[in-house]
Amino acid sequence: MSTRLPPTPSPTQAILRTPLGRVRGLGSAKEGTDHFWKQRITGVANIMLVTAAICILVSLIGADYATVRKTLQKPAVAILLLMLVLAGMMHMRLGMQTVIEDYVHSEGSKVVLLMLNTFFTIGIGLTCVFAVFKLSFGA
Amino acid sequence: MADSKVVDPRPLSPHLQIYRPLINMVMSIVHRITGVALYFGTLLLAWWLVAAAQGPKYFQFVSDVFGSLPGKVVLFGYTWALMHHMFGGIRHLIWDTGRGFDLTTVDRMSWASIVASVLSTALIWFAAYGLR
Ligand code: HEM
Repeated sequence: MSTRLPPTPSPTQAILRTPLGRVRGLGSAKEGTDHFWKQRITGVANIMLVTAAICILVSLIGADYATVRKTLQKPAVAILLLMLVLAGMMHMRLGMQTVIEDYVHSEGSKVVLLMLNTFFTIGIGLTCVFAVFKLSFGA
Repeated sequence: MADSKVVDPRPLSPHLQIYRPLINMVMSIVHRITGVALYFGTLLLAWWLVAAAQGPKYFQFVSDVFGSLPGKVVLFGYTWALMHHMFGGIRHLIWDTGRGFDLTTVDRMSWASIVASVLSTALIWFAAYGLR
C-alpha cells in the first residue's frame, strides 16, 4: 500500500466550506482580525472625540476654576470625556501591545510587559473616569 | 538551526540603514513614536482631570505647571504628536479601504499629513493663546 492521503474534498464540500468558516477561530493568536478591527474602530472614534475634546480644552484656556468645573459638569461634556477615555484606553492598549510584540522577543519579558500595558491603561482610564464622575456627582 | 554552518554564504537582503530614507519610512516610524508618546501623555490628561476634581487650590497648581514655559513646550509637542498621529491614522484608514497604494499617492499622503499636522497645531495654539 502507498502512503495514505487525506480524503480529496468532493466538489460539494469545497462549496459548503465558506471563506468565513475557513478562517473562523484561526490565526496564531486564535482571534483573527479582532485586534486589527478594534484598533480601526477606536481610531475612527478617536478622530471625532479628540477633535471635540480639543475644542473644549481650548475654550477653557485661561478660565477660572469655577468655569472649568461648571463646563466639565455639563452632561454632554462629561459623556464626551468618558467616551474619549474609553476609546482612547482600548486604542492605546492595543497599539502598545503591537509595539511590545514587535520588539520584545523573550517570552517572559513579553508577558510581563503585556500585563503592565493592561494595568497601565486600565489604571489611567479608571482614574480619568473617577475624576469625571467626582466632578459630576461629587460634593 | 542557530549554530548550523553556512557553507555557501549568499547575499543577505540589506537592512534599513542601507536605504536612503523615504518619506513614508519616516512617517511610519513617526506614527509609532507619536503613538507611544501619546500613550504616556495620557498621564497629563489624567493629572488635569484629577486636579479639576480635587479643588481650586490643587487645580491652580497644575494649571501653573502646564502654563509654565516647560509645561507649554510639552503641551505643544503633545498637540503636534496628536495631530500627526491623527492625520497619519487617517492615512492608514484610507489604505485599509484598499486605496492609495501607488507610490505617488503614498508620497502625497505623507506630505499632506505633515502639512496638516503643522497647520492644525498652529491653529489650535492660535485659538488657545492668539485670540485673547
Ligand atoms: C486621534 C485619532 C487617532 C487615530 C485616527 C489613530 C489611528 C491609529 C491607527 C490606524 C493605528 C494603527 C497603525 C498601524 O497599523 O500601523 C494606530 C496605532 C497606535 N495608536 Fe493611534 N490613533 C489616534 C489616536 C491615538 C491616541 C490618542 C493614542 C494614545 C493615547 C494612540 C496610540 C496609538 C499607539 C500606541 C499605536 C501603535 C503604534 C504602532 O503600532 O506603531 N492613538 N493609531
